[in-house]
Amino acid sequence: MSPRSSSTAPTANHAHTRERGAPMSNTHTTPTHRPQHLDEEIAGGVGESPLRPDGSLKVRGDFAYASDLWAENMLWGATLRSPHPSARIRSIDVGPALRMDGVRAVLTAEDVPGRNLYGLKDLDQPVLAEDVVRYRGEAVALVAADHPETARRALDLVEVDYEVLEPVLDAERAAHDDSLPRVHPGGNTVRYQPIVKGDPDAEADVVVSGTYTVGMQDQAFLGPEAGLAVPAEDGGVELYLATQDLHTDRKQTAAALGLDPEQVRMTMSGVGGAFGGREDLSVQVHVCMLALHTGRPVKMVYNREESFFGHVHRHPATMYYEHGATRDGDLVFVRARLYFDGGAYASKTPVVVGNGTTLGVGPYSVPNVRIEGWGMYTNNPPCGAMRGLGAVQPAFAYESQMDRLAEELGMDPVRLRIRNAISRGDSTPSGQVLDYPAPVAELLRRVRELPLPRESTAESTNPDIRDLPGGASNTTHGEGVVRGVGYGVCIKNICYAEGADDFSTARVRLQVVAGEPIAMVHTAAAEVGQGLVTVQQQIARTELGVERVNIHPNDTSVGPAGSSSASRQTYVTGGAVQAACRAVREQVLERVAQRCGDPVERLSLSGGKVVSETSGVLADLAEVLGSEVVEATREYHHRETFPLDEQGHSERAQVQHAFSAHRAVVDVDTELGLVKVVQLDCSQDVGKAVNPDAVVGQIQGGSAQGLGLAVMEEIQVDGGRIRNPSFTDYLIPTILDMPPMNVDVIERGDPNAPYGVRGVGEPPTISSTPAIVAAIRAATGKALEHVPVGPEHIVE
Amino acid sequence: MRLNLTVNGRPMTADDVWEGESLLYVLRERLGLPGSKNACEQGECGSCTVYLEGVPVCACLVAAGQAQDREVGTVEGLADEDELSPVQRAFVDAGAVQCGFCTPGLLVAADDLINRVPDPSDAEIREALAGNLCRCTGYEKIMEAVREAAAEKTGSSSEGGRR
Repeated sequence: MSPRSSSTAPTANHAHTRERGAPMSNTHTTPTHRPQHLDEEIAGGVGESPLRPDGSLKVRGDFAYASDLWAENMLWGATLRSPHPSARIRSIDVGPALRMDGVRAVLTAEDVPGRNLYGLKDLDQPVLAEDVVRYRGEAVALVAADHPETARRALDLVEVDYEVLEPVLDAERAAHDDSLPRVHPGGNTVRYQPIVKGDPDAEADVVVSGTYTVGMQDQAFLGPEAGLAVPAEDGGVELYLATQDLHTDRKQTAAALGLDPEQVRMTMSGVGGAFGGREDLSVQVHVCMLALHTGRPVKMVYNREESFFGHVHRHPATMYYEHGATRDGDLVFVRARLYFDGGAYASKTPVVVGNGTTLGVGPYSVPNVRIEGWGMYTNNPPCGAMRGLGAVQPAFAYESQMDRLAEELGMDPVRLRIRNAISRGDSTPSGQVLDYPAPVAELLRRVRELPLPRESTAESTNPDIRDLPGGASNTTHGEGVVRGVGYGVCIKNICYAEGADDFSTARVRLQVVAGEPIAMVHTAAAEVGQGLVTVQQQIARTELGVERVNIHPNDTSVGPAGSSSASRQTYVTGGAVQAACRAVREQVLERVAQRCGDPVERLSLSGGKVVSETSGVLADLAEVLGSEVVEATREYHHRETFPLDEQGHSERAQVQHAFSAHRAVVDVDTELGLVKVVQLDCSQDVGKAVNPDAVVGQIQGGSAQGLGLAVMEEIQVDGGRIRNPSFTDYLIPTILDMPPMNVDVIERGDPNAPYGVRGVGEPPTISSTPAIVAAIRAATGKALEHVPVGPEHIVE
Repeated sequence: MRLNLTVNGRPMTADDVWEGESLLYVLRERLGLPGSKNACEQGECGSCTVYLEGVPVCACLVAAGQAQDREVGTVEGLADEDELSPVQRAFVDAGAVQCGFCTPGLLVAADDLINRVPDPSDAEIREALAGNLCRCTGYEKIMEAVREAAAEKTGSSSEGGRR
């Protein structure tokens, strides 16, 4: 038996590839040294589309989501939430609730064992409200009971005496009016950031301006927030949950519980979608508090209504834009003021301001820029991460402006975009030079060339009413229906920015089981549906030349992976898995090299064999490994980024940028204001399609969320209160709303990224919205300065 | 109350059921069948779709007592032991599953469609699945999966029907 020490993982901080000087063979997708005669290829590597490993479990109904968990002797938790957007808590009486039959605990802020504050960027949010509540829906008290309905009814018996205060509800006003109440002691501005380039007061032949607003969008992931906490014998707690980032949750939860992070052990359960909505804490601390207090397992599951109050939303925005151009259509300047309503707590508001301002002119080269961004505290529902973070709002505005400018110039809108498109070597308004392909013009050309639907449904001789605006409501048979076509293109930064080191960690183990070499990949990176588990398997197959790759459950016994957000996981966790696999491979090959004298550089792993460049197959990998376990842990750090200065300048504020272009075809019933999106096409550069089918799935799904924002999705907030917290009243696209798509994927590899990948998930959510609105404008001639566009905007 | 019902062909009993519980709650929390999902619990998302006496319903809108002595079919009953059913196979193969939370309900709805309608048009597929929300896929691959499952079903039944 070989000593296990030889396989012990080098612990943390074995960072790799921070230096880019090293030769990178990783833009190749196949092992480079495979001899021609070796045809035992391992299927399902990088660049192929193997099926996802959890697919069968999911279709059988056997995949355990967080809300499916169950433990012997389990209690149910429930949360009492503030009915007021702003109020002082005079007193709380838990007595009547505690006396209810079946109730085992009622907890308030006094019972928070550790720090009663948390937050992703700023520590500003209490676990349970202490003396004030800052939004309608803020958690005030917790109940644990034998039955979920008992817990919910006990909430009605908790007596809270509130002194209602005047809420702050207007973010733009909050930015400039110091006489408003302060939502937090430090004032109402979370972040102000200007970006200035060239001469911000430059003048131009043609100037267009507009004021654009974006409504509050919900992630609307289908799996509700849920967790099961089990008290542990060491005084700690085991938490099984659905999240985007185990380690950040653990850090915040341990601090709130007054425990060491090691005493809070988190294991990922099945995640029913996320889209940014699971970055902030929801049930985590609450359910652990109840479990530690009662000494029994406690489960919490939000229902849909509570989910609308229990997670952050996309920031609503008001944006003032002015574009100037020459008569020929060259952009001269962009001036903009962006106001983001962050609601009661900061969450990701600072990042939204950073992304919104740096990306605020879009994927265009502009010599003179002044963009100012404000992220504000108000007593509206808290806003934070959602797919396309901070880039969705300005994209609607700048693309609307580009169309307006094209109209003013009498120029084709796609030509105007291509003329001003940013490309490799150009710099962003913050001064970052794009040192990788930026094929914006190419994407626009390609999306324009994708096939169009043959004819307008309204003009066909026998239209199926289900294909017309209004559908089965039978509101038109074609009369009043006008077709429109519109385009949109966008830019989104990938990974965290402005100096963040959002690294990832992977542990890879290679051993022989039942005569077959098997790799095990262990990370804390959240699989939220995007297919990261498949990608990790593919990378291990490609790097280690083995077919069987198992994915260890995600937990906190391995180093951090960071959040499944910012389109970053294939990049950073992919990079970590690649690095760990290569370290394992190195160890194996060194042993073979010692034995047979071939230098390591000439050896590779392929098809379950050790292969020499010169002498062909040397050995079976299983034979070489014997009973040994070879293991390595590696971190992957993307290249360094730097903060923005007071003028918004930074040599490199962001790691990478991604681009997509959409074309939308719509039919509009101009009499009723009903819209049917007939076709939605997308061209996107993904750098390297690690799993082409999954990439297409991301583009389709992201485009659907952009369609939702374009024509239906808005959380109605009135006086600080959400009016439509249900899927009855908050509409997301159904299969009838989502049209067929032509998806065109190109691969212009980023030399800085593992395998050349470029983040995929977010861009399609961004460029689809302005394309659809442009198409509705083309059909109706209306200005349409707000999304979602409703019938009231079309029929005025 | 005590509830007796048949689920996926097996007689089952749940004790101490509170009258306000839904069929979905009983399946998930009392009978150990959490495959049917709880995404909205108000009949909008379709993720809890099950067969009740052969008809697809939202289990969250059925009071537990209404299922007394009835036949219920859930996603867990679609596969024939090791063999996935045509819709299950097609969803996996087409990449129609991402987070998978909507999948159980969609599978029951799609299974019902291809059993009722031999060769459904795209419009018919969309109409049949309009009560099932999916937030991940944009539905394109779900369309592909249902077309594929329907084609397989038609193929195999026409083979079986050959004289």
